[in-house]
Amino acid sequence: MSLIDNLLDYLRGDTKKTAVVAKERLQIILAHERAGRNASSPDYLPALQEELLAVIAKYIHVDRDMIKVQLEKHGEYEVLELNIMLPEDKRAS
Amino acid sequence: MPKVIVVTSGKGGVGKTTTSASFSSGLALRGNKTVVIDFDVGLRNLDLIMGCERRVVYDIINVINGEVTLKQALIKDKHCDNLYVLPASQTRDKDALNLEAVGRILEELKESFDCIVCDSPAGIEHGAFSAMYYADEALVVTNPEVSSVRDSDRILGILAAKSKRAVEGQEPVKEHLLVTRYDPKRVAAGEMLSVDDIQEILRIPLIGVIPESESVLQASNSGTPAIHLEKSDVAEAYRDVVARFMGEDVPMRFTTAEKAGFLKRLFGGR
Repeated sequence: MSLIDNLLDYLRGDTKKTAVVAKERLQIILAHERAGRNASSPDYLPALQEELLAVIAKYIHVDRDMIKVQLEKHGEYEVLELNIMLPEDKRAS
Repeated sequence: MPKVIVVTSGKGGVGKTTTSASFSSGLALRGNKTVVIDFDVGLRNLDLIMGCERRVVYDIINVINGEVTLKQALIKDKHCDNLYVLPASQTRDKDALNLEAVGRILEELKESFDCIVCDSPAGIEHGAFSAMYYADEALVVTNPEVSSVRDSDRILGILAAKSKRAVEGQEPVKEHLLVTRYDPKRVAAGEMLSVDDIQEILRIPLIGVIPESESVLQASNSGTPAIHLEKSDVAEAYRDVVARFMGEDVPMRFTTAEKAGFLKRLFGGR
């Protein structure tokens, strides 16, 4: 980068270098992809989801896709998130 | 204790084969009995880079199928003693590289070699997986470019989750970051990710930086691993990598741009 280039950049005001943009983009996408990898890695999750579904089905009529089991990492902790959407009519009664 | 070292990257064209050739040559020059294996079945090229393409008679698939012995398939390197090449098959199917058979070959090689360098194909398919599965250590070759860094991260994820060491709960594969095709001038200009940036993103220890250089093409043209070139930054950078791999404390070189003179800086030009 020559003095003249520097000067031009300064005058134009576009100071954000592409290398900085590259680093930021990588940090964001990799954080996302790593989270995906870690969440999907425990192989007991599908089985856990099935068994929970069976238990819940004993009491309430729920659809297969109304129950979601997710493992998320928040810093030091891993959070097992269980999401069950109850059918509209059951909740009303 | 013999070591299995995979040279891997995910992305193609970043310098895996160039690195495998120079790294294995460097290990051999330092007295390690070394064998370098091409895992790119169907697209073999290590033989060309090592300059032994006309001496290939048998390949790794012949050995796997029990058609020849390992000894018959190994090619002695012409540049250094202590170094042998096991070529990939050019014609057969990648699926012939079954994991169990690869394991058997590696065990047999461990009886007579100190270092076994596995040159991985690009991608994360079967060939790449069989090259990395048995690794004790990994050289992750990365260019200062977004696609290469992302793919390296993916490979690191696979090493950490699916390699033999990971599956069997042993000590994890020792990972080393090797940044290749590095241009400190462009880094200084803010046009290229710096080594520090890449290391901060991938979070593995740096084993070396290979500068972008015209001599790499000249080396491959002549079938001489780049580490043998005279007066070349690339050769010296690879020698440093080997020294660090063997536990020596060598300061990083070729990471900062040479200071241009005052006039050159004022008027630009590179």
